[in-house]
Amino acid sequence: MSGPNTSYDPVEVAALDPAAIDAAVEQALAAAAAASTLEELKAARGAHQGDKSPLALANREIGALPPSAKAEAGKRVGGARGRVGQAFAARQAELEAERDERILVEERLDMTVVPPRRPLGARHPISLTIERIEEIFTGLGWEIAEGPEVEAEWFNFDSLNFGPDHPARAMQDTFFLQPADAGLVMRTHTSPVQSRAMLERQLPLFIACPGKVFRTDDLDATHTPVFHQIEGLAVAEGLTMANLKGTLDRFAAELFGPGVTTRLRPSFFPFTEPSAEMDFKCPICLGQDSGCRVCGGTGWIEWGGCGMVNRNVLAAAGIDPDRYTGFAFGMGIERAVMLRHGVADMFDIVEGDVRFSQQFGMEI
Amino acid sequence: MRAPVSWLRELVGAEAVPESMTGEQVAAALVKVGLEEEGIHGGEITGPLVVGRVLELTPEPQKNGKTINWCQVDVGEHGQRVTEGTPQGIVCGAHNFAVGDLVVCVLPGGVLPGPFPISARKTYGHVSNGMICSAKELGLGEDHDGIIVLSEWFADQPEVLASLEPGQDAIALLGLAEEVVEVNVTPDRGYAFSMRGIARDLALSLGVDFTDPIDAPRAAAPAANDSGYEVRLEDDAPINGVEGCDRYVARVIRGIDVTAQSPSWLKARVTQMGMRPISLAVDVTNYVMLLTGQPLHAFDLDKLSGSIVVRRARAGEKLTTLDDIERTLDPEDLLITDAGERPLVIAGVMGGETCEIDEGSTNVLIEAAHFDPISVARSARRHRLPSEAAKRFERGVDPEITAAAAQLAVELLVQLGGGTVDAGATDVGAPVPLDAFTMAADLPSRLVGLEFSTDEVTTALRRIGCEVAADGETLRVTPPSWRPDLRTGPDLVEEVARSRGYDAIPSVLPQAPGGQGLTAGQRARRLVAATLAQQGLTEVLSYPFTSAARHDALQYAADDARRRAVTVANPLSDEAPILRTSVLDTLADVARRNVGRGMGDVAVYELGLVYEPTESGAKAPIPTLGQRPADEVLDQINAAVPAQPRHAAGILAGASRTAGPWGPAEPVGAADAVAVVLAVARALGETLTVTQTEHAPFHPGRCAELALADGTVVAHAGELHPKAVDALELPARTAAFEIDLDALTAGAGEVTQARKLSTMPVARTDVALVVAEDVPAATVEAALRQGAGEQLEAVELFDIYRGDQVGEGRKSLAYRLTFRPVDTTLTTAEVSATRDRAVAEAAKATGAEQRM
Repeated sequence: MSGPNTSYDPVEVAALDPAAIDAAVEQALAAAAAASTLEELKAARGAHQGDKSPLALANREIGALPPSAKAEAGKRVGGARGRVGQAFAARQAELEAERDERILVEERLDMTVVPPRRPLGARHPISLTIERIEEIFTGLGWEIAEGPEVEAEWFNFDSLNFGPDHPARAMQDTFFLQPADAGLVMRTHTSPVQSRAMLERQLPLFIACPGKVFRTDDLDATHTPVFHQIEGLAVAEGLTMANLKGTLDRFAAELFGPGVTTRLRPSFFPFTEPSAEMDFKCPICLGQDSGCRVCGGTGWIEWGGCGMVNRNVLAAAGIDPDRYTGFAFGMGIERAVMLRHGVADMFDIVEGDVRFSQQFGMEI
Repeated sequence: MRAPVSWLRELVGAEAVPESMTGEQVAAALVKVGLEEEGIHGGEITGPLVVGRVLELTPEPQKNGKTINWCQVDVGEHGQRVTEGTPQGIVCGAHNFAVGDLVVCVLPGGVLPGPFPISARKTYGHVSNGMICSAKELGLGEDHDGIIVLSEWFADQPEVLASLEPGQDAIALLGLAEEVVEVNVTPDRGYAFSMRGIARDLALSLGVDFTDPIDAPRAAAPAANDSGYEVRLEDDAPINGVEGCDRYVARVIRGIDVTAQSPSWLKARVTQMGMRPISLAVDVTNYVMLLTGQPLHAFDLDKLSGSIVVRRARAGEKLTTLDDIERTLDPEDLLITDAGERPLVIAGVMGGETCEIDEGSTNVLIEAAHFDPISVARSARRHRLPSEAAKRFERGVDPEITAAAAQLAVELLVQLGGGTVDAGATDVGAPVPLDAFTMAADLPSRLVGLEFSTDEVTTALRRIGCEVAADGETLRVTPPSWRPDLRTGPDLVEEVARSRGYDAIPSVLPQAPGGQGLTAGQRARRLVAATLAQQGLTEVLSYPFTSAARHDALQYAADDARRRAVTVANPLSDEAPILRTSVLDTLADVARRNVGRGMGDVAVYELGLVYEPTESGAKAPIPTLGQRPADEVLDQINAAVPAQPRHAAGILAGASRTAGPWGPAEPVGAADAVAVVLAVARALGETLTVTQTEHAPFHPGRCAELALADGTVVAHAGELHPKAVDALELPARTAAFEIDLDALTAGAGEVTQARKLSTMPVARTDVALVVAEDVPAATVEAALRQGAGEQLEAVELFDIYRGDQVGEGRKSLAYRLTFRPVDTTLTTAEVSATRDRAVAEAAKATGAEQRM
């Protein structure tokens, strides 16, 4: 490096020659533009911005210029370095953006290949339907009561006004338990929970009792010896059949959809008087299609029995039948599931084939 | 109970039930008043269904081994228009006919019950122009062995036979146009087991007056007198104080021709009602029963020895009933006996051969009696004889029509079989009339929620036959003799409500006082079910019936408490006579079924009850109905009911993750079952302790016991015993768990109290501890926790090493200890000191040596 020289003419220093600087800038800009990768850019940057680059060398020469020449030379070299620096920074940004883009492309996965890392199970539609019904009734302010499946004969029959010789008692195909005089049966309906609730709970009483029940039927496409019922019971002062109808209408509409109302037909059950069979309006055709396969064109589907609680049943629970009245209803869950979800064969419900439950997920 | 529309028309009147009224309309009218429709028979066939004469018959053996008959049948002008005047060619598979026979042909365009529309079709190399029909195809019976040959069908009606000619309409000929409504009779409405009862309800529904068909024979019946056949009622052991027989009418016909044929109208009626015509005496007694509801019995008078005695059976007495079964009678069975000695009939249920009418009978005694419903019901059930008579008696037969029904039978028998009726008419016993009772006139309004005026109530009750006397706001009601089911106000309310129609009842949602929602236990159970599904298991249901063989398969020890099971007296299958004591008992079948259907990687669970017999084996008393049992009786009942805890069980087999582009399969292991149980407990906010144990049905070396903090064991989980896996035919290495949900969720609803969270920095340190192979990791971990004290936040087992460096029969457990005091920062020295205390405790408890 040369020392300060007051008589020094800048043009005489080759490195500071404006043409030379312009040429260095041109070369640097060309090199930046030519770099196609970040690595090439890095190498070009070393060559054109590094300590040994022409502009760095020129910059170093400025110190040796006379003060009068320094300013102009400094301005020229500084401007040149600035342009080069900007060009490299811009190219750097471009190449980084390209790289980032490329990485995203390279990291593409076939998102349709899904490892069953932790497969989800499923609930059984009977359980889900029971829970759904429980929500309908708790929403109305009712409570959910339960009772044993192996039940005392007294609760299953006598407390419900089935006398020992009542024809209905023989009509129900009951599983009796050993020994013969044990006084125990597999409950044939959820109705004994009514009696238990009336004995145990305070009035007024509004309860729904879902559960498993047992009859000695053979399994076929529409029957199963082990099935599920939902029983409803309300006991308070002044309850009427109109209240029963109102409750059933609401229940049917909540479970099967708006517009599904219920119909009562006179019937007989030992534990209710008056008694009725309950049909609900066909949710498929709403009674509008005489060719409907689901309801056979009748517009109605039989679902269960109901009525005003028999005085003897109230009395068996120590309730004054002159002061309180009640209504009760009971219906099959399987039938509701078959209808609501188009299940054609009872076997699918009882056999436990996982493919059946898996259709329903965890909400119904 | 069937009811032919034409018979109803006869009884209710052609104005109310015109020819144009269909079976469906009749059924709808009956449904309105509470008689449920079971079905409608007949009227389903549309023509052409005609008489045909077989002209040619060519048997043609077929490749399938069958021989069909290619027939040319003259079906008269009607059918032959189809084939330009030539006889119809029809293929027939039956062989019970010959050339010249008259048969029944359905021709193209006709429709058989099903409905099966008939068209000409190509079959067995011919175009078959219709079909030759069997009785079954026409809905006339079950006989499908051959086609109807009219010369046999009308063998007893030569006048009909003589009039038959090809082309004649067979729908009318065979009575196929008749519609018969079948109703389901509920147990309270015994009266509806008669045309009299159904017609009365139809008249009620249609709003027309009803003429009781029993009125005429009632008027014609002679007064009882002493010159009739001797009958003595000698019930020395009435059930519940009720006389077994409270009325017995006997009438005698002499010189009757019992071999006389029943006329076709009688046979038709009996057939329409679903019974088979048998003989004049049987057909007439059946007809009268179907019309009036009063079962009758006909004896050969000459086989009786002079008197009839109604008494209870003697111990050991036997009777061979008409179904040819010798029955040992029970002292509770009520009998009709000859002179008090020979048993003739189990009263109201079924007779024996001894004194029945046969072809040689000329003198006949007709019995019409009224028996105690309970006595008949018990006998019918005891001997498994649900006869037509028993069905009616146990639901209550009208005790005031006894003599009239006998009169009607006697009239018909004499009219159709000749002979003369004795002037003597026996009528003994005195049925107790139904009690009158009172009802508040506004009870129907109050119970139904619909206004009924006293007038409307009174009218409705009178229309069903009640006598009603109004006394201010109270009605005094005497039910008609055929309605023993009417005993209380609500019984009458039903009658009033159905007379207006249940459709009139408004819909009013009652306001419940507001409940507490689900109980804590109910919410916990839902959470368990949802968590198991989240864990990848699928919920299934199984029947709770199992067997002792299943206990063997599960490798239960001889004295395992779970072998004590509740036994079903009348199981569905002798292979599964007991109730499950664990859910795995029956869930195993579901798992196997899924594997069998190709789901090799199966994870199923079930929530359900298990049944534990009471220790005492005490019996549940059955107190009388209609009143609240005393507290101690209720306690006895409840004490006799087995404990029925709710369990959740799961079975996992195959892989928890299948092999694929993502890597190899992950087989289900014993630990997976434990992890599932822990997850369920965590969902409930419980932390279970896991200890190694041996417990059937699990692999003795691969079973964990899971317990609550207080030590209550709530679950077992692990790999099933290889022998159990074999016996249950499950995939090798199947894992399972069984949770006692009642125990696990006993604390549900307890309110969790939050701990303060420390925000101090954590300090971590690792230790490797060498212990004997049989020392469970959980024991080491527990000791570490105990030794480290409160500052320890977490212990993680991150590696297990076995090999030369630790020696045979030993393993090295590597733990990472995380310390975080509540309010200070630990120095390195403090961390080391705490770690050393933890290690020292582990050494003391498990013999662990720290591996440096």
